[in-house]
Amino acid sequence: MLRFINHTSSITNLQFPRHLLHTISSPPLPVSNYATSSSINLSNAFSRCFESVYGGRRLHTATSARNDVDQLSTETPLQQELDFPGGRVKFTAKPVFTSSSSEERTPCYRVLNDNGQPIVDGDSVKISKELAVKMYTNMVTLQVMDTIFYEAQRQGRISFYLTTIGEEAINIASAAALNDNDFVFPQYREPGVLLWRGFALQDFADQLFGNKNDNGKGRQMPIHYGSRKHNYVTVSSTVGTQIPQAVGAAYSLKMEKHDACTVTYFGDGGSSTGDFHAAMNFAAVMEVPVIFFCRNNGWAISTPINDQLRSDGIVVRGKAYGIPSIRVDGNDALAIYSAVHKARKMAIEEQTPVLIEALTYRAGHHSTSDDSTKYRPVDEIERWRGDQNPLNRFRKWIETKGWWSDEAESEHRSRIRKQLSQAIQAAERVEKPPISDIFSDVYDVPSKNLTEQETFLRRTIHKHAQDYPSNVPM
Amino acid sequence: MATNLKRFKEFGSIFINHTNLLRRFSSSSAVLSSVDAQLQPPTTGTGKSINLYTAINQALQIALDSDPRSYIFGEDVGFGGVFRCTTGLAEQFGKHRVFNTPLCEQGIVGFGIGLAAMGNRAIAEIQFADYIFPAFDQIVNEAAKFRYRSGNEFNCGGLTIRAPYGAVGHGGHYHSQSPEAFFCHVPGIKVVIPRSPKQAKGLLLSSIREPNPVVFFEPKWLYRLAVEEVPEGDYTLPLSEAEVIREGSDITLVGWGAQLSIMEQACIDAEKDGISCELIDLKTLIPWDKETVEASVRKTGRLLISHEAPVTGGFGAEISASIVERCFLRLEAPVARVCGLDTPFPLVFEPFYMPTKNKILDAIKDTVNY
Repeated sequence: MLRFINHTSSITNLQFPRHLLHTISSPPLPVSNYATSSSINLSNAFSRCFESVYGGRRLHTATSARNDVDQLSTETPLQQELDFPGGRVKFTAKPVFTSSSSEERTPCYRVLNDNGQPIVDGDSVKISKELAVKMYTNMVTLQVMDTIFYEAQRQGRISFYLTTIGEEAINIASAAALNDNDFVFPQYREPGVLLWRGFALQDFADQLFGNKNDNGKGRQMPIHYGSRKHNYVTVSSTVGTQIPQAVGAAYSLKMEKHDACTVTYFGDGGSSTGDFHAAMNFAAVMEVPVIFFCRNNGWAISTPINDQLRSDGIVVRGKAYGIPSIRVDGNDALAIYSAVHKARKMAIEEQTPVLIEALTYRAGHHSTSDDSTKYRPVDEIERWRGDQNPLNRFRKWIETKGWWSDEAESEHRSRIRKQLSQAIQAAERVEKPPISDIFSDVYDVPSKNLTEQETFLRRTIHKHAQDYPSNVPM
Repeated sequence: MATNLKRFKEFGSIFINHTNLLRRFSSSSAVLSSVDAQLQPPTTGTGKSINLYTAINQALQIALDSDPRSYIFGEDVGFGGVFRCTTGLAEQFGKHRVFNTPLCEQGIVGFGIGLAAMGNRAIAEIQFADYIFPAFDQIVNEAAKFRYRSGNEFNCGGLTIRAPYGAVGHGGHYHSQSPEAFFCHVPGIKVVIPRSPKQAKGLLLSSIREPNPVVFFEPKWLYRLAVEEVPEGDYTLPLSEAEVIREGSDITLVGWGAQLSIMEQACIDAEKDGISCELIDLKTLIPWDKETVEASVRKTGRLLISHEAPVTGGFGAEISASIVERCFLRLEAPVARVCGLDTPFPLVFEPFYMPTKNKILDAIKDTVNY
């Protein structure tokens, strides 16, 4: 059963409609005389200093002491409500602290079991043969791409690589459930979204080699893809910074009434950043169509999830922010597809943020600069690469349906291998971006200091050509 | 007074009300004026005398009115802002275009980047420059590099971050700082600081329409104190162009923002001692107008820089180094810096911390008599 935990229902008894919450601007503070007063005491302006004066409104309850004997109210505590600026809250006579963790962990939505058989069907979104095959072939392509580019890095042909192994279903199934006009603010382990949207294998290779065909003009490390054409905002290495940006972009979609949402991806590590929390809160308050997609793969480089957080994963944080949320099996492509499909519909139709936590496993190293066997058991990695492999599971399902075969599998794999090998050879041969690309795009037009520095640099290169790589054209 | 007022009307100079705050800096007349007859005030519309926050308010009003894809947001901006800069805007343009945000600077700037990346003009207010640091990562690693790192596939050039900065007489550590130098070390953004109401309006409109992200620091001391005739209509002033606001021949003084009025008082006092000072308003700190400063120092042979921020690592150091590179043989004295102390901004010691008129005056004399 696919069910988003709707955390907003608990506050429907607010005294004003929720969609107006953020528009209420007249505060209960004596500030209106600001605008008209001619002589202003500047110190009044430093509201932050004095927040505590106003912020801690004293709550007076009915229980006041008379002599030494408490006069008990005849009302039951539950008949009383506190009407405070955030809404109405019931009183309780019991000094009970909320639990630090729920007794039961939030369940994880799945459609296919480990053997690729549908579990008792809930209301998952049905997908056609064409879509299923496209999803599967894209997952395979992504896997082959990782294998071959990883190898290219090991051979010293590219400086760095980062695989998506184990998270192919998250990449492809989420992309398949989105529309291509939905704006993506990725972390860095979601190249499958770009692949799904038609970014060619040659485009990937050109970025990895930083040649002149790279959209990013060779300025960023490998795997920092980005494409305006594909509504996929360029990857940056900083973790979590893209999350509030997706909220701002979603606000634009909301204002212009686009039939689209933004989607931002991040990992369990990213969920610890201030930017994640800022973004969740902003999105809830501003009621924007954004999907927060957390790939909880258990590891942030070498930091295991238990060193990262103590809540029941990331999904429960949605409740704290008033955002509908769902936990999904990240290795079940059908479950991810259904969850994202419904999340997108909710986000756009109800103009609300949605949080999706996909439970998965980073089956590869963090990057080519990492050896994860140093900090986690090899059999753990092997188990996830075997039993839980998202491709195997999806393949079993489409094979049962009669939509896929061994022949199709080997034909597809060898075709993609060949294409990749050609793409790498071609990318290697393309020259690097020209020297002028050092100075362009810092601003829309180079400032005077940049022009001077370019002139100086060109003189230096001319004088000391041996100091500089020869494959960068002047 | 009458003469000064006449000058003020002619040249659109800074007029500062006589207040006890100002007296800390000056025992001289409280009326300050520029005497650069070459300054051509913008001619759009007829001007009224308004203060700096009202000028900012006018600029914001024009920005919203002239572009339906412009938005203003930040802490408390919905009701007009703690300094009243957004007064009336939510009422006029709606609470979807002028709105409060949760209290979280990294959220404000991150949100602004995303909004700008979609082609909007995102005008973010950080309530005090002292609180901009939670957004430092978003400004330095994100906004500044957004265009460059994507090879111009994406940009957030529509982003303008406004923040009141500088001393105010009683702000202590966290309502007084001048953090401009941190941002001057970041290629990809522009840093702009106005000195007066007319400058504030024109420079802010330029910053908002500028196709690159801008950090716009507003001298909060002058929000109410600085009153000047400001054209009512829509006008812009060029970025990265410094302005000689007082011509002289013996020494060049360079500053920005609120400090210029203090420097101008020192210039007036120095003149009584027969020293002719040239005063330059840098306006845009990066990318800055070296040529105007260089031309002036070639003429005067001496340079003094003054800013409120601590002297060590302040932007004065950059100006000093650049001008020494270009004018070494023309300099007749070491470059002087009269700046804030290398301490946190101390509340009751503010009059000691500040680069006051007499500190500047002494440095002018020392430099001229070197």
